[in-house]
Amino acid sequence: MATKLPPTDAVVVGLGWAGAIIANQLVDAGLRVVGVERGPWRDTAKDFNIASVTDELRYAQRQELMLRTAQNTITMRNNPSQTALPMRQWGSFHPGNGTGGAGNHWAGITFRFQPEEFRLKSHLEERYGADSIPDELSLQDWGTDWSEMEPHYDAFEKIAGTSGRAGNLIGGKQAGGNPFEGERSSDYPNPPLKQPYSPTLFADTAREMGYQPFPVPASLVSQTYTNPLGVTMGPCTFCGFCTNYGCANYSKASAITTVLPALIRKDNFEARTHCEVLQVTTDSAGRRATGIIYVDSAGRRWEQPAEIVVIAAFTFENVRLMLTSNIGEAYDPATRRGTTGRNYAYQTANNVQLFFDNKNFNPYIGAGAVGMGIDEFNNDNFDHSGLGFFGGGSTRVTPIGATPINARPTPPGTPRWGSDWKRATVDNYASTMSIGCEASNYSSPNNYLSLDPTYRDRLGRPLLRITFDFTDNDLRMAQYVTEKTAEIARRMNPRQIVANPRVGPWDGRPYQSSHVVGGFIMGADPSTSSVNKYLQVWGVPNLFVVGASAFPQNPGYNPTGTVGALAFKAADGIVNHYLRNPGEMIST
Amino acid sequence: MKNKDDTAEPGGLTRRELLGSSAALLIGASVPVQALTLQGTPTWKPLDNVAVAPVDTEAEWQFFTEEEAATVEAIVERLIPEDDLSMSGKDAGCAIFIDRQLASAYGEFERLYMHGPFQDGRPEQGDQSALTPQQRYRLGLGSLNDYCRHEHNAAFAELSGDQRDQILSQLEQNDIQLDDIDTLLFFEIVLQNTMEGFFADPLYGGNRDMVSWKMLGFPGARYDYRNYVERHNEDLRFEPVSIGGRSDWQTQG
Repeated sequence: MATKLPPTDAVVVGLGWAGAIIANQLVDAGLRVVGVERGPWRDTAKDFNIASVTDELRYAQRQELMLRTAQNTITMRNNPSQTALPMRQWGSFHPGNGTGGAGNHWAGITFRFQPEEFRLKSHLEERYGADSIPDELSLQDWGTDWSEMEPHYDAFEKIAGTSGRAGNLIGGKQAGGNPFEGERSSDYPNPPLKQPYSPTLFADTAREMGYQPFPVPASLVSQTYTNPLGVTMGPCTFCGFCTNYGCANYSKASAITTVLPALIRKDNFEARTHCEVLQVTTDSAGRRATGIIYVDSAGRRWEQPAEIVVIAAFTFENVRLMLTSNIGEAYDPATRRGTTGRNYAYQTANNVQLFFDNKNFNPYIGAGAVGMGIDEFNNDNFDHSGLGFFGGGSTRVTPIGATPINARPTPPGTPRWGSDWKRATVDNYASTMSIGCEASNYSSPNNYLSLDPTYRDRLGRPLLRITFDFTDNDLRMAQYVTEKTAEIARRMNPRQIVANPRVGPWDGRPYQSSHVVGGFIMGADPSTSSVNKYLQVWGVPNLFVVGASAFPQNPGYNPTGTVGALAFKAADGIVNHYLRNPGEMIST
Repeated sequence: MKNKDDTAEPGGLTRRELLGSSAALLIGASVPVQALTLQGTPTWKPLDNVAVAPVDTEAEWQFFTEEEAATVEAIVERLIPEDDLSMSGKDAGCAIFIDRQLASAYGEFERLYMHGPFQDGRPEQGDQSALTPQQRYRLGLGSLNDYCRHEHNAAFAELSGDQRDQILSQLEQNDIQLDDIDTLLFFEIVLQNTMEGFFADPLYGGNRDMVSWKMLGFPGARYDYRNYVERHNEDLRFEPVSIGGRSDWQTQG
């Protein structure tokens, strides 16, 4: 059985973006905080050395930084009539491991969600009619609003050193920024990155067509930057080993380059690594969390009592821990009752490839978040009347660095080996680019998370089971936004374009995005949400569950900026409200 | 680093064993990590988690038998043929790369979820085979040579280039049923590993002298393009460099 440890004020599970931010805020408020992390302690100097980080086989193919599926994975199926099977090798998404989490190998794209997103259901009903949302969707409001979110986005961007150009700064619209963003209280802390050729060509054409291109906001710093915690980062070098890799330059923001270097030096904080949390413990009535039980790498079990429990792991583990700890009622798609596992959503990734003659994009020069985008076809920025779908996507060119095991684009029909394959590979390597459209994925009653009845992890616990497929709404949206993207591509006049709208069924094999959201969502109504707007679990007021698991649906933006903002929001709720009056912060 | 009840290990990570109890050894003694409690300024051993040892390309085969090795060389020589663009996959070391990968953690899918029940699913549910890469090669190469001896009275490696291309195409199209392994399961891992070997850093035994990077114009393990990012549509003519440097940097003798 578990050995009981001395109690602490707060325990934080997971030391990625959300956990590191919250732990730091709580320590600064005077609490003693223990951070528990299932993976190793990662540090740029020892893990991401400049002499060896440029290793595509190790990091992209063998997935060195990612959670090993031998430790934990998920099972997947497209609908409840199928038998879910384990994802034995990561394909569709790339969960992380160790301090920094997936924030070490992310791309760095740091959007804010738009004001309308936080009341999406209400917004669409107001604009298109009370009956306009199709039955296959289960859109919800977040129970918060822009005025409550904006300060926390601002705080996160300053921690991460986000590089960008404001489009909507308090006092007026700004030329060259994103005109569709919500009003900002301050500009980005760093100016935009320099742009390679392919995003520049895209932006020039988009501008000619009347669109308003802007630099993609990037948490890859464009100059030397010291954040409010006193941690200094160095400028991005466009090395092209970014997404799937750790950064050796201290340029890409992650918890290990922005928060943990300050936090680990504070007296009231300690980190326990290689310790995997098994359960949140509660009192007999289930009304109060009493702490956590975890197992260390020697297989010993420990109970860590705490006054406040914060769960801030990746979406999948947040939800699994709630299911295995019997927090909330498990969601049942047949009755649509229950909230734990509800509204799992993903991202609808589309792209258009452009094959040119006589252009040299130097595609090895890149970074996960360098690029130019437009938002004319994102979310509800365009009139959806009569279109037969809601939602849209962020259209952009972001050359991440064409490393050659993976980035060898050839036109369809090219052989996969032999001399003709080799000729086409060489001819197209430097002269091909693509325009992506990272589009929304709207939640549906049939898409949910639950415990798998058959497959178990190495500790004997059930794996998390994903039941998911793209809805007709999202597939129609994908066709529409991809055609809009293809219009821009054709205007750029390449030899050939290949449009790849997302089609169903959801396929677990090719990488699409790690933007898995929902399953323990926030809202104003305990019958349809798991946490309130402070990320406080309904009915268990000293338990907070923070991360993309709280998103009720996923707009056409990358999630990390909002994960960071929610972490600051939860910490603000704990420090400025809960500590003064421990209990339910929102009465029901 | 903060000194509660920790002790600093000379030259190493300062660590406080959880609750000061005896060393937290892992299940499975080969795994060199421990549960740690960290507090204070982190320290680390130089290059603690950085270095990958280059494979010895001159050594004996680590996993393949002689016949298996000859068969793999005869395959990679056709998947990546010698032509005016590059040397062959065989000459670039793809078979050595695959052999060394199979002898590493990858060969047994050590990092992957390999618990049953193993059952066939829909294609979208991904690879559900219980076979490790080592087993896929052993069964696949054996079955391929059985097929060739039955149909052509010769091992695969003894066939002409055209005959080998024909058989590889048939494998790719699933037009040959191998006896002991699903044909596509075998063909796809061979194609994937061959391309990995040809395009990976030469550290791993393939891509000899960065042949594929020179062919593509990929500069390799460079790390700073700040002065080049805005030089658009220009052939920058970088000489590639690998993690291990470049052959003309190394002293002879």
